Amino acid sequence: MAENTERLRRTMMFVPGNNPAMVKDAGIYGADSIMFDLEDAVSLSEKDAARTLIYEALTTVDYGDAELVVRINGLDTPYYENDIKAMVKAKVDVIRLPKTESADMIHTLENLVVAAEKQFGIEVGTIHLMAAIESAKGVLNAPEIAAASERMIGVALSAEDYTTDMKTHRYPDGAELEFARNMVLHAARAAGIAAFDTVFTNMDDPDGFYRETEHIHQLGFDGKSLVNPRQIEMVNKVYEPTQKEIATAKNVITAIAAAKAKGSGVIAMNGQMVDRPVVLRAQRVMRLAKASHLLDEEGNYIEK
Amino acid sequence: MKNKVNRELPDDIMAQLAFKPFQTTEIGHPTIQRAAPKLVATTGNDKLKDSLAEIVQATVKDGMTISFHHHFRNGDFVFNMVMRLIIDQGIKNLTLAPSSLTGIMNDLVIEAVEAGTVTNITSSGMRGKLGEFVSGGHLANPVIFRSHGGRARAIEEGSIKIDVAFLGVPNADRLGNANGMNGDAVFGSLGYALMDAQYADKVVLLTDNIVPYPNTPASIKQTQVDYVVKVDQVGDPDKIGSGATRFTTDPKELKIAKTVNEVITKSPYFKEDFSFQTGSGGAALAVTRYLRQSMLDHNIKASFALGGITKPTTDLLKEGLVRKIMDVQDFDRGAAESMHTNANQQEIDASWYADPYNKGAMVDQLDVVILSALEIDTKFNVNVMSGSDGVIRGAIGGHQDAATAKMTIISAPLVRGRLATVVPDVTTVVTPGDSIDVLVTEVGIAINPKRQDLITAFQNLPGIPVFTIEELQQKAATIVGNAHPIEYTDKTVALIEYRDGTIIDAIQQVKD
Repeated sequence: MAENTERLRRTMMFVPGNNPAMVKDAGIYGADSIMFDLEDAVSLSEKDAARTLIYEALTTVDYGDAELVVRINGLDTPYYENDIKAMVKAKVDVIRLPKTESADMIHTLENLVVAAEKQFGIEVGTIHLMAAIESAKGVLNAPEIAAASERMIGVALSAEDYTTDMKTHRYPDGAELEFARNMVLHAARAAGIAAFDTVFTNMDDPDGFYRETEHIHQLGFDGKSLVNPRQIEMVNKVYEPTQKEIATAKNVITAIAAAKAKGSGVIAMNGQMVDRPVVLRAQRVMRLAKASHLLDEEGNYIEK
Repeated sequence: MKNKVNRELPDDIMAQLAFKPFQTTEIGHPTIQRAAPKLVATTGNDKLKDSLAEIVQATVKDGMTISFHHHFRNGDFVFNMVMRLIIDQGIKNLTLAPSSLTGIMNDLVIEAVEAGTVTNITSSGMRGKLGEFVSGGHLANPVIFRSHGGRARAIEEGSIKIDVAFLGVPNADRLGNANGMNGDAVFGSLGYALMDAQYADKVVLLTDNIVPYPNTPASIKQTQVDYVVKVDQVGDPDKIGSGATRFTTDPKELKIAKTVNEVITKSPYFKEDFSFQTGSGGAALAVTRYLRQSMLDHNIKASFALGGITKPTTDLLKEGLVRKIMDVQDFDRGAAESMHTNANQQEIDASWYADPYNKGAMVDQLDVVILSALEIDTKFNVNVMSGSDGVIRGAIGGHQDAATAKMTIISAPLVRGRLATVVPDVTTVVTPGDSIDVLVTEVGIAINPKRQDLITAFQNLPGIPVFTIEELQQKAATIVGNAHPIEYTDKTVALIEYRDGTIIDAIQQVKD
């Protein structure tokens, strides 16, 4: 499992928690985050079996560097507490709470996580949390939800429930999601955590998928929730930095190193001062370039 | 005795059948005496017959070797038509020597064995009920499994002496000029059947489509044919090929295919005029599609594509990305129809394709081949013949032959369901690890340690981790655990020939 430093979260792949074959293979597609679903993908009669399956998978299968997330059943279900216990015991990276509408819901979850961490002898604070926002109320409370706990690593918009709540449905241009996307994104950025866009389910419409992904990339989302592994490379392609962006970023990184060597606090590049946002952007571009396999071992751009 | 891949072979049967144990993949330069058929001279004016029963009666005698081809695959009507008559005529002790046995033939083969009609079988493979029947020890003598190239060799050197070949064709004229391209039951290349036509003492063509004399192009020639028998229908066109080949959407297959393509295109062999063989199946078709894009991107064209051909490959020919197709069989209707219309799709016989005892076979010129595996072990030995339960359920096909390519890639998932594909020791060795270069799985690749050049070439492929084969085997074991060993009896039910005729493994009867 992965550690939770500043990391790329371009792709969060949904995996039904009751499908052993998909659970077993979830690690091979290069998703930044894998989200095992105990909630909507699993019928009532399979809730316990799915929980056991995911527990076993988390404790035996090698998922490499992927961040491992489990979407548990909601607070109002009889599965909620057992889901939390099992996933804490499995030391999952992140528990994702569905249908989050308030900071209180995160607090309730956190208390149970603390209890479970103590019960299983796991250091308190190990398990991270994230919230799925799926209603008008959740969107309006997004800022308090995102800031509800030190454990929070991200917020995700779930458009299917949200558009139903808004008495509309999804349209190709996504205008109905514009407010929610910006709310969730701003809440995440204000709290210093990640923002995930909603799923795009029509596998036969790659153009629509690219259009939507380019849009949320432009807005500033960290990445997107995905229902099919084939979408991973499509998202990564959108998030891939250009050769020019990489060259600029490398210059910035070189300038930082030069300033450090000189013991100077001021970073200069081409006679201009480089300020903090530029540095942060450069570091993110280099992370993306590396993840997109655009750099060789020495950090040189690989011509395609 | 044990052979060079450490397989225990039954001494008594080896001695009795005068077989030698497998030594090496190197063929060397042996001197070979080719066999020739015995024939009765004729002007050819009395070949056309209506009664198959009379021809069977006139040609097939107790103890003979008879043969068929499998180009109709599961749409074959010819095999069952002929075997029914042979069984009913009470003929005994035949050796059955088809190019392969498909599922539609299973029932009658079993019936023929039970009736004592068939007492020996040699084939590329067998599946389903027949595989279970043989693995259950119900055939007295061991089946001899041969690759397509190995069968061609055995026929040419006389180890298989075919007395009567019954060959179904979708068209023929009254003297026996025939091809696989016209008619209802077209299958394209007659590659495997051409061996039988050339070397059998008696050649009986069965067709539902008598065409005016002379019929061209003539793949099978009137000089080779004794009888032409008109029948109602030689095959079911819908079951001959896989129909329209659909591109797989299985993300795991696509991932493997993409990795295979990366391995090909980053290898030293991917350059102008390279050659390749991909085979059939979802992943192979996907490889062809990725390879097409890479050839366009790098402006590279192939000199030839080889082997069993599918429509995606003939599309490359049409597009000019492949200059020639050397075609021993066609897996789908699209590929079969292309042979009809494209002069650059050359029909080749199994000898030209893959006979090691040859003055040069196509496989010897092959750069890259992608092959599948039921199992591959930590010595890179591959099994395409028996299941993890020890039961026969596969075919060698051209596996051993094409594996002589300069770079042989095995494309296979690490595990299938609850079965490991990468194992400590394969159930049956079919293709020796010495001829395998790279294993591609969904989690990464493993390179045969004897290919240090490829280890260097592939060490930094972006997004493609390189493991040792032992590491991959352990990963598989972590997921599915370790299987209990299969229990066998002492009875040998089959021998696997390597392409040079030595024995690479034996299959024992599975205990109930």
